[in-house]
Amino acid sequence: MSMEDLYQEIILDHYRKPHNRAPTLEGEDVHVHHSNPLCGDEMDLRVRVADGNLDAVVFDGEGCSISQASASAMTIAVEGRGLKDALELAEDFRLMMHGDEPQRADDLQDGIAFQGVARFPVRVKCALLGWMALRDAIETYESGASAHSVTYDD
Amino acid sequence: MSFDVATLRKDFPTLQREVDGRRLVYLDSAASSQTPQRVLDAMDEYYEHLRANVERGVYRISEVATGRYEDARTRLARFVNAPSSDGVVFTKNVTEAINLVAYSWVRRRLGPGDALVTTAMEHHANFVPWWHAAQDHGFDLRVIPVTPDFELDLAAARELLADGQVRFLAVGHVSNVLGTINPVAELIALAREYNPDVVTLVDGAQAVPHLPVDVAALDCDFYGITAHKMCGPTGIGALVAKPGLLEDMPPFLTGGSMILDVSVDEVTWNHPPHRFEAGTPPIAEAFGVGAACDYLDDIGMDAVRAHERALVGTFVDALREAPGVTVYGPVDPARRSGAISFAVDGVHPHDLGAMLDGYGVCIRVGHHCAKPLMRSLGVNSTARASLYLYNDTDDLAPLLAGIDEARSFFAR
Repeated sequence: MSMEDLYQEIILDHYRKPHNRAPTLEGEDVHVHHSNPLCGDEMDLRVRVADGNLDAVVFDGEGCSISQASASAMTIAVEGRGLKDALELAEDFRLMMHGDEPQRADDLQDGIAFQGVARFPVRVKCALLGWMALRDAIETYESGASAHSVTYDD
Repeated sequence: MSFDVATLRKDFPTLQREVDGRRLVYLDSAASSQTPQRVLDAMDEYYEHLRANVERGVYRISEVATGRYEDARTRLARFVNAPSSDGVVFTKNVTEAINLVAYSWVRRRLGPGDALVTTAMEHHANFVPWWHAAQDHGFDLRVIPVTPDFELDLAAARELLADGQVRFLAVGHVSNVLGTINPVAELIALAREYNPDVVTLVDGAQAVPHLPVDVAALDCDFYGITAHKMCGPTGIGALVAKPGLLEDMPPFLTGGSMILDVSVDEVTWNHPPHRFEAGTPPIAEAFGVGAACDYLDDIGMDAVRAHERALVGTFVDALREAPGVTVYGPVDPARRSGAISFAVDGVHPHDLGAMLDGYGVCIRVGHHCAKPLMRSLGVNSTARASLYLYNDTDDLAPLLAGIDEARSFFAR
C-alpha cells in the first residue's frame, strides 16, 4: 500500500479546490453538525430541499484531506437527487468503504476514487464523515426537525 | 554512566522490528512507552511460577505472590519518594486514581459556595471528573488559563484563589500536549496562602516517566501515576496519598478484599490502601511496575532527564527551523519535557500522521484528550512527537523527511 493508493489525484483535487464548501446556505432546511473526537474533525452540512429533491448541499468544517475531499465529491454526486435515492447512494458508498464492490459506481461520480481508502481502516471514518452527515440530514428532514448534532465515539 | 541509547534500545523488543523494511521510529511515548524485556520477564515470572491470587491464599505460591505484589507497592513509593507505601493505592491508571479522589473526597466535601481550581492545560482525565462533580454538586469550577508562552498564568491563578473559597486544586505536572513542566510546588504553596486547608492533586502521568519526582518535596496531597508511560505494563497505575488522608475517605469501588467484616446489617471497610483495591488486582502488572522502577533507577532518572532535555532541545530547534512548521510549547528545554506538538502548513495532522507512517515514524495526531487546551490554542488538532530514553538524534531525520514529503505532496 503506497500513499498514492490513499491519496489519488482526484482526491487531492477535491481537497485543494473543494466544491460546495460554504459556511451558510440560503433557505436551508436542515443543518447537521458531525464531529469525530478521534481526530478532531468537525463537519457542518446544510441542505435545501425542493419538490422532494436535494436542491442544494453545502459543507463546511475542518478535517483531513480525505474527509474534506469526500464531502466535496459527495455534494456533487447527490445534488438534485431524490431523498430516498440519495440515501441509497450513501449506503452504496458506506458498503464500498467496508470493502464491497459499489453497485452504482457511475452515480458516485468522483466518490469512486475513495474505493482505495477501504484498505486503510483508520481512514474509513474520514471518508464516511460527509456521507453520514448527509444521511443524518435527510433523516432529520424527514423527521420534521431542522438541526441535529452527532459525535462519533469510537 | 554515559547514556548509551544504542545499547538501551536492545532492551525493547518492539524497537527491534521494522515497518516496510524501515527501522521503527517510535515518537509516541507520551501516549504509551515501549516495554523493556526485563519488565516482560517479571510479568512472565508471575504467570509461569507464582500464578495464584493475592491477599487471600494460605499456600506458598500465593504467599510469595502477595509478598511480591506488596513489594511493588513499596518499590513504587520509593521511586517517587512517597513517605509510606500505605498511601499507595494501585489503580487501573491515572484516570481511575483521579476518579477515586473525585468520588471519595471532592464529591463528598464540596458544594455550593466552594470552588475547585484546575487548568486549561489538563488532559481530560484531570478535567472531566471535576467538571462532572461540579455539575452534580454545585461548586464553582475555576480554570487557570495558559499564557501565549504556553505556561500556566500564575497571576490569573492568584486571582482565582484570592477569595479563599478554593478547597481543591488539581494540576498536571507536565502537559501531555505542550510538554510544559508546570511549577506545581509553587502553585500548591500559592493555593495554601489563601486557604491553608486546600487539598491538592497532581496528575503525574507525563512527569514520573521523564523527571525525578519527589512527592514529599512537592508536598501535594494526592499524586497520580500510570505505569504504561514509564516502561511498565498497561492496566496499572497508582494514587499516592499523603499519610492519613486515606483513613478518612470512604471507598470508591466496593466488593471483595476491601472489607474487614461484612454482615447483612453492617460492613466494615478495610484499612487503606486495601480499602481502595476492590476485587482481584492487576497482579502480573504490579510485578511489572516493580521491574519498571528498577529499570529506570538503574539508568537513573537524572540521566534520563538530562538525555531528554538535550534531545528535546535538538528536536524543538530543528522543527522550529523547518519550513512551514509551528511548534506549540515552550522553546527553552529547561522548561519542557519531550512532548512536542506542532502544525505543518497546508497539511492536516491526520494526513501528516499517515504520511509519516509510510516512513515507519509513529506520532500522535488529534486533540490528545485535551480539548479545552486545543480551544485555547485555536486549533482542532495538532501533531505530536514525543521522546523517551530510547529516542536519539537519529530519530529526527525520518521525522523531518516525512514532514517535508507531506508538505510537497499536499502543495502539488
